[in-house]
Amino acid sequence: MSTNGTGPTIVLDGEKVAYTPGETVYEAATRHGKDIPTLCYDPRLEPFGGCRLCVVEVEGARAPVASCTAQCQAGMEVRTRSARVEVHRRTLMEMLVSENREVDVDELTSLASQEMTELVDRYEARTGRFQGRQSGASRPDDPNPFIMRDYDNCISCYRCVRVCAEQEGDYAISVKGRGFDTQITVEFDGHLKESACTFCGQCVQTCPTGALGDLKALAYRDVAGETKKTRTVCPYCGVGCAVDLLTRGNTLIGVQPAMDGPANKGALCVKGQFAFDFVQHPDRLAHPLVRGEDGELHQAGWDEALDRAAEGFLRVRERYGRHAVYGVASGRAPHEAAYTMQKFIRGGFGTNHIDNCSRA
Amino acid sequence: MSNPLEDMEKPDVIFCIGTNMTECHPVAATRLKRAIANGAKLITADPRRIALAELADVYLPLRVGSDVSLLLAMAHVIHREGLTNQGFVEGRTTEAEAFLQHIEKFTPEWAETITEVPAADIERAAILYGKAERGAIYYTLGITEHICGVDNVQSLCNLALMTGNIGREGTGVNPMRGQNNIQGAGDAGALPNNYPGFQSVLDPAYQRKFEPVYGRKVDLELGPTKVRALEACGDGIHAMMINGENTVVTDPERHHCEEALKSLDQLVVIDLFLTETAELADVVFPATAWGETDGVQTNTERRVQRLRKAVEPPGEAMPDWWIVSQIARRMGTPGFDFESAKDVFNELCELSPLYAGLDWDRIDRGEYHWPVPHKDHPGTPILHQGTFENGRGIFKLIRYRDPAEVISDEFPVWLTTGRRLPNYHTRTQTGRAAGIDYLAPGERLEIHPEDVVDWGLEDGGWAKMTSARGCMMVRVEANARSPRGTVFTSFSFNDAPVNVLTGGGYDPVTDTAELKVCPVRVERP
Repeated sequence: MSTNGTGPTIVLDGEKVAYTPGETVYEAATRHGKDIPTLCYDPRLEPFGGCRLCVVEVEGARAPVASCTAQCQAGMEVRTRSARVEVHRRTLMEMLVSENREVDVDELTSLASQEMTELVDRYEARTGRFQGRQSGASRPDDPNPFIMRDYDNCISCYRCVRVCAEQEGDYAISVKGRGFDTQITVEFDGHLKESACTFCGQCVQTCPTGALGDLKALAYRDVAGETKKTRTVCPYCGVGCAVDLLTRGNTLIGVQPAMDGPANKGALCVKGQFAFDFVQHPDRLAHPLVRGEDGELHQAGWDEALDRAAEGFLRVRERYGRHAVYGVASGRAPHEAAYTMQKFIRGGFGTNHIDNCSRA
Repeated sequence: MSNPLEDMEKPDVIFCIGTNMTECHPVAATRLKRAIANGAKLITADPRRIALAELADVYLPLRVGSDVSLLLAMAHVIHREGLTNQGFVEGRTTEAEAFLQHIEKFTPEWAETITEVPAADIERAAILYGKAERGAIYYTLGITEHICGVDNVQSLCNLALMTGNIGREGTGVNPMRGQNNIQGAGDAGALPNNYPGFQSVLDPAYQRKFEPVYGRKVDLELGPTKVRALEACGDGIHAMMINGENTVVTDPERHHCEEALKSLDQLVVIDLFLTETAELADVVFPATAWGETDGVQTNTERRVQRLRKAVEPPGEAMPDWWIVSQIARRMGTPGFDFESAKDVFNELCELSPLYAGLDWDRIDRGEYHWPVPHKDHPGTPILHQGTFENGRGIFKLIRYRDPAEVISDEFPVWLTTGRRLPNYHTRTQTGRAAGIDYLAPGERLEIHPEDVVDWGLEDGGWAKMTSARGCMMVRVEANARSPRGTVFTSFSFNDAPVNVLTGGGYDPVTDTAELKVCPVRVERP
């Protein structure tokens, strides 16, 4: 066994590098900075070997080898880039793209949606070269408001099928037929709502061609401006999934899962993925309100409202004593809200008349 | 949680009780499903045949509110079968002798008479968990929202202690926190018994420590819980400030709650929307929302993470901390000169031993689990490794108690409440997110299909549901997830105000309402 004193090695583009037993050639190569194209690969999923774009040359092998499924073996000599491999990849790209109606996909479609577009550009793939039969029929009949199902742009990489099974454990998405009859579908060819789908959106975010799309984000495609991403954490349950907020100007246009989110590793649920737009709902309070003598709430300026609140608490303290005031902090707001609330009560009244909403 | 989320893929036996995780903590549930796919065994105890029941190797469909008897019998079987971890019990626990004697009489046959779960299934579950190399317990409000919530939690701790399933990778006693920052609200000291960092208000040393922070001595006595404060409204409590909670809809005994808030001399609400609660206020302040606010939140695994502002708020909305500080300053309260969320968080870090090693900049990437006692500390993903905070793990002698109210001729059906996947709490947020209505257009009362027929109801038709406190109308959904004689609804929809009915009792230690058990009558209107 060829070792470097530290463990087994392979020869990668002429350079001896270490690998961890069980590691695939693709994993070892990317860890050492090699740029190998993939389309069916999602690091969270089991190796699949469907698109074959990750082929490399292995010394002694008869044909190029899919690096995502080939495990490293001691002494293996691998060439990740050669004229032969690049021609091979270009041909594969031309075959993959041949049946897709569109290659330019809106960036709001999903997190992975640009992967194929970028590879078509990189390999200058001639999209019409193998034009002919097509697989996958779109499902514009599915009325769900979250997930676009445009299978005309599907290349049968099965990332959606696999993420639903392996990552989510829902097994809602399946494959019908083979070859040009391949169709990504759900049970009984129905709509997603009638299937085991939970609308977590993971299939959308991993789709590399824009066949599956985030309808909520796409609804903002006409908002002008560059798309900006801001890392934050989901506002719903206590799991604390990291997300990237998509914004254009001052408009919140979507959410994408953070693949390196420490608590979620790219996973989200229907609420975290799709229930973001309450933030910019017209019902949002935009100004302080103060109850008038007519018994109704009226818009007020900050000074008036703050004075009214402060005077009210002072009056109650004077009239009934410092134990007559109580504070309820939020389990939804950040630490800074809860901290100032307890300080307000303890500092203002010297009591422990403070709680949060965890008991109901 | 005693253990981090990533540990959810590591147990060989998983015991889920009182948690509908696939709907309430869906992303955590994906990890459990992967553990199961990799060969872990699952025990699910829940009155309803939830998705985790379908995935279970042993499903224990216990009657609502009977958890203590189930857990006592499991302890009994574990000990009877010689599966008690003697080394752990001797080395790390106390009161074991009294506990092992205490559980002798609680046989699975006895538990069957209370839980309605076959004794043989209780034995199977106990032996499975008892033999686990790495056994992990997960629970949620199905354990705590009972008059015996503390007893339930301590019963689970007893199981973990007697089997040594705590303080190691892939084990633990793991409550899944239900709200994004409910952990952080407690961490920050918004509790009637603790200063920030869970430092007791009854300890004169902490009173002295915090005197300069508050500019005064704070009472050496516990404050009332929110539940008690609501009871005292108009009679002792005359002013309230409520931040980001729709108390009227979430709390039990809704009519009582509304009357209580109306009786105040002053109610100040800080929120995003004019909620049912804000409508009762004298002053309402518009807060900035998620996506508009810089801040910090702590998740269920004690991971401290940053929230970041991406867009400007509507109109004149301001961050909660700013609003509270401005009111405090106008009252002449010292110590509210904060200029940013960072200032506030860093003050908390200086005062909390759990956060002593953290500050605003250090949590940028969110890799720390508290406690982080000093700046060189890597954080504590797994609690209780090697030792417990108070030395030894204490076995508690728990006895079964009936729920505050039990079914009767007048109220012969058990009602239990919870959440559903697409909606969150009272829909102040999800109700305003486009598309959610497509998945959950309205509330439904889930009733076993045979009960629907027996009670003269129709699937999709209306039912009238009455408890000792109130009455509501709700549409019927025939659904075999509900066992015979037990019905379920969420508390999300204001037009199906289930908390008009709930509120039969409260846990004597925590004042948590028994929202999971409410005897009702269900009839054709």
